[in-house]
Amino acid sequence: MTDEKNTPKPEDQAAAPAQPEAKPPWLDKPVTPEHADAMDDPDVAALAAGVEGAVLSADAFAGELTITIDPAKLVDACRFLKKERGFKFLVDMTAVDWPEREEGRFDVIYWMHRFDDSRRIRLRIVAGEEQSVPTVTGVWKTSNWMEREVYDMFGIVFDGHPNLERILLWEGFNGHPLRKDFPVEGIDTGAAVQPDVYPEGGGPLTEEEGGA
Amino acid sequence: MMGGPLEPLFDVEEMELSFGPQHPSTHGVLRVMLKLDGEKIMDAKPIIGYLHRGTEKLFETEPFPQCIPHTDRLDYVAAATNNQGFVVTMEKLLGITIPPRAAYIRMILAELGRISSHLVWLATHAIDLGAITPFFYNFREREEILDLFEAYCGARLTLNTMRVGGVPFELPDGWVDQCSDFIDRFPKHVDEYEQLLTGNRIWKRRTIGIGVISAEEAIEMGLTGPPLRGSGVKWDIRKVFPYDHYDEIDFEIPVGSNGDTYDRYLVRMQEMRQSARIIRQCLDRLPEGPVMAKVPKVLRSPEGMVYASVEGPKGELGYFIVATPKGTTPYRCHVRPPSFINLQALPEMVQGLLVADLVAVIGTLDIVLGEIDR
Repeated sequence: MTDEKNTPKPEDQAAAPAQPEAKPPWLDKPVTPEHADAMDDPDVAALAAGVEGAVLSADAFAGELTITIDPAKLVDACRFLKKERGFKFLVDMTAVDWPEREEGRFDVIYWMHRFDDSRRIRLRIVAGEEQSVPTVTGVWKTSNWMEREVYDMFGIVFDGHPNLERILLWEGFNGHPLRKDFPVEGIDTGAAVQPDVYPEGGGPLTEEEGGA
Repeated sequence: MMGGPLEPLFDVEEMELSFGPQHPSTHGVLRVMLKLDGEKIMDAKPIIGYLHRGTEKLFETEPFPQCIPHTDRLDYVAAATNNQGFVVTMEKLLGITIPPRAAYIRMILAELGRISSHLVWLATHAIDLGAITPFFYNFREREEILDLFEAYCGARLTLNTMRVGGVPFELPDGWVDQCSDFIDRFPKHVDEYEQLLTGNRIWKRRTIGIGVISAEEAIEMGLTGPPLRGSGVKWDIRKVFPYDHYDEIDFEIPVGSNGDTYDRYLVRMQEMRQSARIIRQCLDRLPEGPVMAKVPKVLRSPEGMVYASVEGPKGELGYFIVATPKGTTPYRCHVRPPSFINLQALPEMVQGLLVADLVAVIGTLDIVLGEIDR
């Protein structure tokens, strides 16, 4: 193991060109993936041409393509990708909470798959805390439960969703647990269910604020 | 089967039935609100969340390596593939290449996990449909697999058996022979199960034409794994996006044609044989060398988001990790649970069937509530 620790620096290699032998990649340092601009990717170019003003930026990282698009153009972009570019399969969608960020609190992320050449792309939109996001249930049926989960966990409202209810938590639950300001240890939900049995505490809202 | 409202059979009021969450045939704490006309299902609404533990929230509080035990508890009958999904995603994020021996050990463990998961599926699915005998055969073989897991890592179900950069342990003495012996016998055991069920008239009457879903509909509903392949779509993550060293292994993707419960049954039976074939090849070619790559003591992430998926026994199991610069915990880690998305197709698949067939369709989707509710 001592040999590996004393890895010759690039200058030393120039001095002694015969060695060292190339190490197998698992003994070498990890190769951290880099970000790169991907606006000239064929799918990005097609989307930018097909839905005007939809593409804001595109980023390639670790072999994956992330396209940031305008929320107002989301449904058009999704429909275009499905109908014209063959992305028939919505793999999954989720959201990420960045409470401090100025441009908008949430990232809503969709990723989709094309069977012809096994290509995957990811769409990202930025949504503010009070801003609702258009639903894509009209494009892919499978997004129904995914959007309900995002609503449940983040409180992002999807406009036009056929049945936007909580899915994993119960209807009376107070708060959206995957938001960064929700405590990891949870909240006292007993008071919300049986206020006469658990009069104190009662979750993040006090009685004056309209909580149980 | 799909589409418009169904005509009532008799002039009686529609009945609501709450099926589950404690019913043994729901395979966990799944509750289905049924609207019934006599015994015909007019509408079904799955209600989930009884097993929600906030796993995704917990990921955000744990250093990367400590997230792995949480993944065991998602699909708790096939923990090895859960571990594999997480570590493969982490390796993609950090740019780590693992030693070949580690990749082969991972493939062996994952395929053993797939076989044991399919055995649990077959045992419970058959019992739900009135065939009790396969259960005893299935659990006999499953016991041997769990013994192999125990010999390797000390745990039988919640394995925690993979690490970012490889696997934690070298195979113990005699393990390869024990595993090899089991794998040589296993295809004969599958013959036994098939003898009990494949040509069985009652089994065929209970499964053929039940819970049909077309290939187009399956893609639209986001199905993956055996439910998608049962409808004739030849698609498997191990072939499409090979991870570890699956690209060096020779195996087939079994597909069905009718998209019914019987075809999905046949697909899974074939998958068990293919898994045995994969393990055989891995054992024969098991390379020498270390089982862990050289990774930093403290894993620090670059900024970015990655998604990687593995072919779990239930379908595509993906992990999506958002990382901050020099972060030691995931900023956000989302799991794409195959069962959650497959279950969404349940209402469409059971509309117009009888209540007894609902049990067949829940069984054939092979759901695990730990993964659905997270």
